[in-house]
Amino acid sequence: MPTALGHLRICDFTGQLAGAGATKWLAAFGAEVIRIEDPVTMGLWDILRPMPPFVDERRGVDFGGGFNNHNVEKYGITLNLRTERAREILAEIVKRSDVVSENFAKGVLERWGFGYERLRQLKPDIIYVSNCGFGHVGPYSDWKTWGPIVQAVSGLTFSSALPGQPPAGWGYSYMDHTGGMTMAIAILLALLHRQRTGEGQWVDMACTDAGLTLTGTAVLDWTVNGRPSRREGSPDSNHSEHPAMAPHGIYPARGEDDWIAIACRSDADWSALATNIGAEWARDARLATLAGRFAAQAALDARLAAWTRGFEKYALARELQAAGVPAAAVAKPEERIDQDPSTLAFGLWPTVKHSKIGNVRVDGLPVHLSKTDWKMERGAPCLGEHTELVLGKLLGMSPDDVAKLRAEGVV
Amino acid sequence: MSAAANRGAQPGEGALSGLRVVELASEKCAWAGKLLADMGADVILVEPPGGDAARNYGPFLGDQPGADRSLYWWHHHTSKRGIVLDLTAEPGRARLRKLIAGADVVLEAEAPGALAALGLDYPDLSRGKPGLIHCSITPFGRSGPRKDELATDLTVLAAGGPAWMNGYDDHSLPPVRGLGNQGWAMGCHYAVMSILTALVHRGVSGEGQHIDVSMHAAANVTTEVGSYGWLVAKQTAQRQTGRHAGSQPTMPSQMKCADGRYVNTGVPPRKPAEFAKLLAWLRSLGLEERFPEAVLLRLGAERQTIDLSKIGQDAELTAIFGAGREAMNFIASQISAYDFFLGAQRAGLAVGAILSPEEAFEDEHFKARGFQVEVHHPEHGRSFRYPGAPYAMQRGAWRISRRAPRLGEHTEEVMREIGEA
Repeated sequence: MPTALGHLRICDFTGQLAGAGATKWLAAFGAEVIRIEDPVTMGLWDILRPMPPFVDERRGVDFGGGFNNHNVEKYGITLNLRTERAREILAEIVKRSDVVSENFAKGVLERWGFGYERLRQLKPDIIYVSNCGFGHVGPYSDWKTWGPIVQAVSGLTFSSALPGQPPAGWGYSYMDHTGGMTMAIAILLALLHRQRTGEGQWVDMACTDAGLTLTGTAVLDWTVNGRPSRREGSPDSNHSEHPAMAPHGIYPARGEDDWIAIACRSDADWSALATNIGAEWARDARLATLAGRFAAQAALDARLAAWTRGFEKYALARELQAAGVPAAAVAKPEERIDQDPSTLAFGLWPTVKHSKIGNVRVDGLPVHLSKTDWKMERGAPCLGEHTELVLGKLLGMSPDDVAKLRAEGVV
Repeated sequence: MSAAANRGAQPGEGALSGLRVVELASEKCAWAGKLLADMGADVILVEPPGGDAARNYGPFLGDQPGADRSLYWWHHHTSKRGIVLDLTAEPGRARLRKLIAGADVVLEAEAPGALAALGLDYPDLSRGKPGLIHCSITPFGRSGPRKDELATDLTVLAAGGPAWMNGYDDHSLPPVRGLGNQGWAMGCHYAVMSILTALVHRGVSGEGQHIDVSMHAAANVTTEVGSYGWLVAKQTAQRQTGRHAGSQPTMPSQMKCADGRYVNTGVPPRKPAEFAKLLAWLRSLGLEERFPEAVLLRLGAERQTIDLSKIGQDAELTAIFGAGREAMNFIASQISAYDFFLGAQRAGLAVGAILSPEEAFEDEHFKARGFQVEVHHPEHGRSFRYPGAPYAMQRGAWRISRRAPRLGEHTEEVMREIGEA
């Protein structure tokens, strides 16, 4: 199958998920993504390199399971940018690249002498995409973030809560995922702009900006109606005020920490659910209308929970689906990965071959393109795994040249 | 928009100008259409007679319902043109075909099989038009064993894994979904990435294609260690209050401050320099005397290195590490959430105030980045402030070119353009 992005080369400084997730996408569609890593600190610009989970007892910068997940299909080289020679080599790589991507703190690349002005001198149509928590402009631009901080500051943590409880937030770095997606979108937009006009550019991306776009309806309720999200009884995020649905929530099922999500979009959905419940309380005429169900929502939730508690979550979800009511078991990782025929049929968990870890499954991509689909076969690069290959292919260096650079502490 | 975020931006066309997208209205793909429209694509939103259901989603302007008053609608359909076509009847379908004949991209979220039944699916539309890119967003993908399941944002997030990750230490409380239709957003982000990737490919090859986006799959690969903890090590992450779910319990990192608001205290100090900064901050607040373990912070600051792997074995180091976290919690209990955020960040410690959406929007940082943009609503004779750009592009920049379309606002205009007036 032909690749969509096989004609592109990315000079990639990204790390963690917020950056590496972006170039994972590009690599899966065939772009030549060359990770530049620091040999002196063993590639620990990316703190995930040695971090769990691990497939077995082996440890070290080549064994981190998250790092492998986020860096499949990329190449990895080392350059000690403290040395003049490494900076010369980087300049040569930049000249041969379409994109330079990074998610360092503000100013890191500039300090090495590779700010946008320099990049542009080396390659006039270069696309430089920087991605940091607060961006490169604004009063907080020197401050540090990681996913949960971005989520806190952009309104997302606040917006995930049960009434009367502290914020539940997101139990993972949702904005590292979404920051990576937004960065990939920015890179692709800049590539399309270059395709059309020949112009390169610097894109300043801030994960907190991206996060704040995701609570837009709440922002408009504030700017247009003056209604804040911080008010009595709000947020109440398992319920659905907009669009108005009731009952709507996550209810207990039989079993240990088993739950089922149910959403009644309409009076018809409720009627179907009520028929399924079959009890007197469910036939109460006051519950037949949305307004009635909203007014009685707390009591309705309690009644419904007492009923759902008696059922196995997948069996009940199937039964409600058959009755025309949107319902789904709250899936545990093992259930959605190993037992859900739909993720398996989609090919969502490809097995890649990592040079040291061996065969291991990773997150695939949730899309299929009919003519240029993605592919994940190679695992993440070990530290410096492709230094010889890349410097040889790109700059015509021989293995002896690279050995000499290694002896001199350049790579 | 204000100059800051698009500093150096050249006025003119967006990165996608010249591109025509036909979007079949659905709440499931609305966000993807907005991302394309705000980049300059001519997105033509096709609604059925009477309008798309989401026009009835609150909140409403002045809390008065009405097809053109939904703020949900306003947010998700900026920069688009809107037309009404009755696709249940052949004349409407013929007009849609004609419209698509002049378009580059079709974006839709119809149930699997629905477009094929109308003769409007990718094989029909791309006949004689090999450059067409057709993106379908569906809850479970266009094929596969669950393709016909009914779904809402909540059920996608429940079935796909994110809900399992979010909630509280107390597992008698249910898992929690975050607000804002994030399940739809996940699918839409992947849809936009796919469409742009296909456009890059078309730019090189001239070839279009069909894109099949599964929202359930999107949620599945958007749970960080929730997925790869199981894939790699068969570990099941367990939800915890306000912090990452983990296969092993971790210390709380969400604190209530003196003003009753919350902060995320981040990763506690781990380096000697961070202990020094924390101690200095404690002193500057006049709180050192009231925190007896300050002496441990000093010991941390004086160490050459701190080996985290020795925590639990080296008693002094364990005490130092614990004192760092305790000091953060103690300071939080003494000052407001916002002051904690500013003070800690100025001290070089990555923490965050847990802001509501409106508090974030009004924050000086986002204002300085030009994140607040004014969008004019001519029929109301005024402008409203909207969320701004997710990325600050210098060229081909992001811009809301117009407010969301009123029902049928551009039907005549667009029909004229395709010779159907």
